[in-house]
Amino acid sequence: MFDELSDLYQEVILDHSRSPRNFHKMEGANHTAKGHNPLCGDEITLYLLMDENDVIQDVSFEGAGCAISKASASLLTSALKGKSKQEVKELFDKVHAMVTNGETDSEEMGKLAVFAGVHKFPARVKCAILPWHAVIAAMEGEKQEVTTE
Amino acid sequence: MLTETDRAAHLQTTLGSAELRQDFPILDQEIRGNPLIYLDNAATTQKPRSVLKAIRDYYENDNSNVHRGIHALSQRATEAYEGARERAAAFINASRSEEIVFTRGTTEGINLVAQSWGRVNLKPGDKILLTEMEHHSNIVPWQLLAEQIGVELVYLPITGEDGMLDLNRLDEFLSRDVKVFAMTHISNTLGTINPVAWLCQRARRQGIVTVVDAAQSAGHSPLDVQAIGCDFLAFSGHKMCAPTGIGVLYGRKDLLEAMPPYQGGGEMILSVDFHKTTFKRPPLKFEAGTPNIAGAIGLKAAMDYIDTLGREAIFEHDCDLGRYAYQQFSQLDGIRLYGPVQERAGLLSFLLTDVHAHDLVTATDQKGLALRGGHHCNQPLMRKLGIESTARVSGYFYNTRKEIDQAVEIVNAVQRFFSG
Ligand SMILES: Cc1ncc(COP(=O)(O)O)c(C=O)c1O
Repeated sequence: MFDELSDLYQEVILDHSRSPRNFHKMEGANHTAKGHNPLCGDEITLYLLMDENDVIQDVSFEGAGCAISKASASLLTSALKGKSKQEVKELFDKVHAMVTNGETDSEEMGKLAVFAGVHKFPARVKCAILPWHAVIAAMEGEKQEVTTE
Repeated sequence: MLTETDRAAHLQTTLGSAELRQDFPILDQEIRGNPLIYLDNAATTQKPRSVLKAIRDYYENDNSNVHRGIHALSQRATEAYEGARERAAAFINASRSEEIVFTRGTTEGINLVAQSWGRVNLKPGDKILLTEMEHHSNIVPWQLLAEQIGVELVYLPITGEDGMLDLNRLDEFLSRDVKVFAMTHISNTLGTINPVAWLCQRARRQGIVTVVDAAQSAGHSPLDVQAIGCDFLAFSGHKMCAPTGIGVLYGRKDLLEAMPPYQGGGEMILSVDFHKTTFKRPPLKFEAGTPNIAGAIGLKAAMDYIDTLGREAIFEHDCDLGRYAYQQFSQLDGIRLYGPVQERAGLLSFLLTDVHAHDLVTATDQKGLALRGGHHCNQPLMRKLGIESTARVSGYFYNTRKEIDQAVEIVNAVQRFFSG
């Protein structure tokens, strides 16, 4: 009944939204940021543990959200462990391009490629990108809450 | 040929009919191969041909600036604009058209009251009473004022998920420090219909100035400012078949007379010196700059259209849709409904246990069903209810029970999709 919808809500996304990975507060986190989507009032908090070389050792999140933002946060936490600040920034740009215009190199994006379908649903791009904004803000050590606006 | 009265009688019995829907060309379209089911009327309503025609006629025949031209077009435009003001006065039973200020909408009306009336009539330590179910546009203007002049906001609570005001506690909240009580007539999230006449009566007994947010009632139910007994009342044209960018602020004459201007500019002055200006009397004093003339004309046509159908009949039809929606949606598993069970307006907020409101609305859109998902500009209320957002179905006189049935079916299919 919902053919087009399956492009957006791929099995991986549904799975991660139902049982998000790394979904908890991190006690020893040294970087953290909140992401806020004013459209729906949803809020997620991202926790990072970064070593002295700015490499992510551990990452987790908590909060409420739609299936897209939850799955995006969950897959992000799985993708970022072991990445340097510079690598995360480069990945952010690629994810951003992918969810806004559908361009993706699935080899390189790995599981994150499931979000390519989001670009056909412009109203939902913000949901997918929200956790990524929060990661960048956390790495930069910005204290302020980031929003999708 | 039907006479106007025959047509009116006929349409009243056929709210929601295919014939009436022909007045709304936008409704006749498909979204991704499915007929559009427009149930987002609390956000904005669709516009009938007669409103579109009035605006077009104005631009094709009479377009000109108002109040300052001597030529024929300007006189016609002025007459039409002032005619719309008289129509609006009659629509809400204001005793004079001078009590009708044209605004951009409800939001601007409330800001005007807060900034113009509030700034000169309130002093530090005074309290402003609101309710917990207010739209942001009846909270934020008062918060801005509170920051500027040091007044305090207090909120009359709701009782719970059934979304009724806790009227037993009203006396406790109508304390001596309260100087103004601003309340919504119909809640845009809960569908609650507040007893505004009773509330205003209680407030005025204590000399408290009352402001009614009629955004969700003006197009859906009879509205009589004298029977309500309010001091101010604001509504938006676009939620009652008129275009965006036009609305009405009703203000009691003696209050408007004593208020300073809201904005400065042309149209609102008698004479301007380099250092001193004398202003026109209300309502023009509050309408700085060239107004939304076509909007006012469209609003008049909308009021005419609505009154042809009859507001009593519309109210009955819309409330029936609301009650029916409550009944039908309550039969779904994994759903939680908000707002009153029986006495409700034609809208319904709900949450699904397993599907976020945003995902739901994205999914229903695939089937041509337009719903709203989010906090509906009611964030404080959402927090009070312990939720972030809801999905909302909101009907109007062109909607039908059948569309509610279809909506229930589509929402149920979405539940199945997400539960896998
Ligand atoms: C109860 C209520 N008040 C105020 C408003 C604000 O109306 P507008 O945005 O037209 O100024 C709305 C509409 O969203 C509303 O539902």
